[in-house]
Amino acid sequence: MTRHISLKSAINEALDQEMARDPKLLIFGQDTAGGVDAGGETDTWGGVLGVTKGLYTKYGDQVIDAPPTEMAYVGAAIGAALSGFPVVAEVPFIDFMGVCFDQLLNQAAKMRYMFGGTAEIPLVVRTMVGAGINGAAQHSQMLTAMFTHVPGLKVVCPSTPHDAKGLMIEAIRDRGPVIFCEPKYLYETTGPVPAHPYAVPFGQAHRAREGRDVSIVTYGPMVPRALEAAAGLAEKGIDAEVIDLRTLSPLDIASVLKSVQKTGRLVAADEAHPRCNIATDIVAQVTGQCFTSLETAPQMVSAPHTPVPFSPVLEKAYIPDEEQIMAAVMKTMP
Amino acid sequence: MNHTENTDISHKILLSAYRRMKTIRTFENRLHEDFKAGIVPGFTHLYAGQEAVAVGICSHLTDQDQIASTHRGHGHCIAKGVDVMAMMKEIHGRQGGICKGKGGSMHIADLSKGMLGANGILGAGAPLACGAALADRLEGKGHVAVVFGGDGGVNEGAVLESMNLASVWKLPLMFVVENNGYAQSTPQHRTTSVSSYEDRARGFGMPAVTVDGLDFMAVYRTAGELIAKMRAGGGPVLLECRTVRFYGHFEGDSQAYRPAGEVKDAWKDRDCLHIFARNSGLDRAELDAVDRDVEQLIEASVQEALKAPHPALNELNDGVYVSY
Repeated sequence: MTRHISLKSAINEALDQEMARDPKLLIFGQDTAGGVDAGGETDTWGGVLGVTKGLYTKYGDQVIDAPPTEMAYVGAAIGAALSGFPVVAEVPFIDFMGVCFDQLLNQAAKMRYMFGGTAEIPLVVRTMVGAGINGAAQHSQMLTAMFTHVPGLKVVCPSTPHDAKGLMIEAIRDRGPVIFCEPKYLYETTGPVPAHPYAVPFGQAHRAREGRDVSIVTYGPMVPRALEAAAGLAEKGIDAEVIDLRTLSPLDIASVLKSVQKTGRLVAADEAHPRCNIATDIVAQVTGQCFTSLETAPQMVSAPHTPVPFSPVLEKAYIPDEEQIMAAVMKTMP
Repeated sequence: MNHTENTDISHKILLSAYRRMKTIRTFENRLHEDFKAGIVPGFTHLYAGQEAVAVGICSHLTDQDQIASTHRGHGHCIAKGVDVMAMMKEIHGRQGGICKGKGGSMHIADLSKGMLGANGILGAGAPLACGAALADRLEGKGHVAVVFGGDGGVNEGAVLESMNLASVWKLPLMFVVENNGYAQSTPQHRTTSVSSYEDRARGFGMPAVTVDGLDFMAVYRTAGELIAKMRAGGGPVLLECRTVRFYGHFEGDSQAYRPAGEVKDAWKDRDCLHIFARNSGLDRAELDAVDRDVEQLIEASVQEALKAPHPALNELNDGVYVSY
């Protein structure tokens, strides 16, 4: 059975179904249960934007509220995962990763390698990414590239409810640490999601729109913008293909190359700051690996090299939109 | 200083503890010499002087009890039963090293022995140990976790956050402060807001005890009581062990910052192995026999390490992910 549910509900359903499957699976983070023992109702929050709501009522002590000390509880998630309890830990906003970065950068990511290939750390760190809800500079960043840079971590960023559920199930079943980046701007968007548990494999991009004139390569919150741009381009007679990367590490570069070999043109888009982001990486890899397939210079679309502004007007100007993608596509045209 | 004499600890435990302490000392002395001779790559931090702490505590632990260690981790590894031959190969970066030569001195780990790793990042083991202790509490089999830290490193936010987490989650986790008086080159009173770490523990609602870390018998007895309480369902505790560092922070550290004579006096008057030999009641002949065994073991470990091949170049990319 397939229903239309929100991206947020799809993640909740994945967590619910995996907790039912594995009674050792733990969820912890700030307010993941919400209000336990405060004297009023329990299970009121389910995380800061409600993604884990209802799970405490169903699974009790498998869902643990942690004090607001990301370093301690993310590290504890790593230690528990090493000790046979898979954990989904929630760091509310990716901006907060600064306070627990050592545990991910120097501990979780490197242990397997440093220990000679022995450690298994079945850990998912859920975190929200991206701008668009007036969260300002410390609650809005798209820091996916920073984690993609680190060997030992996998990085996921879905754009649809279907992929959010399937990628979360895959992340939980993975035997290593996964940074699961949730585009909060898309939390309430709905789409078809099968009711049964299913996994979407990592390292397989999704062709969100088939086209023959230009390849628009992106992920997460930029995917719907790319699709809107493609619709606008179609009115001008340009048939754009949209590739949704879905996972940034591992990266399905083969699908990107195949698309560019067909279209001969590339626009790579990332909501992140413009230097050393996913779009620059895609352009570098495509240029190095299929330069002769390119008919024109590849283009990149990114946010400016500024913190995310609060002013709704400035924030709208900050976020790369379909107009910018269309303009970048036009630059690739003769 | 008056040290406690043995009246109650079995001969078998004492002899085994002496073997481990002596193994650590001989291992570290040898590394000191070999490092000076230029045959050990990288950098290394020696545990010599602090043996009674690691062995006094780890003598109470099984392979199912997990410890998290520090950059000064060789002693914790040996005390926890990690294979000495494989450790020496690791420190030389060779095939057959406990981490295949990819970890080195600062990252020795053996998960099968409950050794969650030495750690190049100060304080970083504490959150990991919280997780290990959470797993212990959830499994309910009476296993415990121990995290070691120095008098400098325990000021890290990671440790302080972990003390709070361990308290609110009632984790069976022992925080061991190995107070050797120096955070690298900086004396304890310049790094730490309290003179006794018991005061720190009190702020986190955690019981704490201070013990003479040069006195194996005292460490062993105190740690035994604290660990038994944790196994019976008790929450976290802190154990401060006052100890001494015989060598520099790292090999090559001139230690010019230490008062004249401090190091020499420590070797003469504050050596936990001498104190053990005096107070344990074991025969000198028994100890001498252990000494000979240990000398042979360490010599063999160095010879084996130097003979072992370097890692194959195709190892470079292996072991990053379980699958990718």
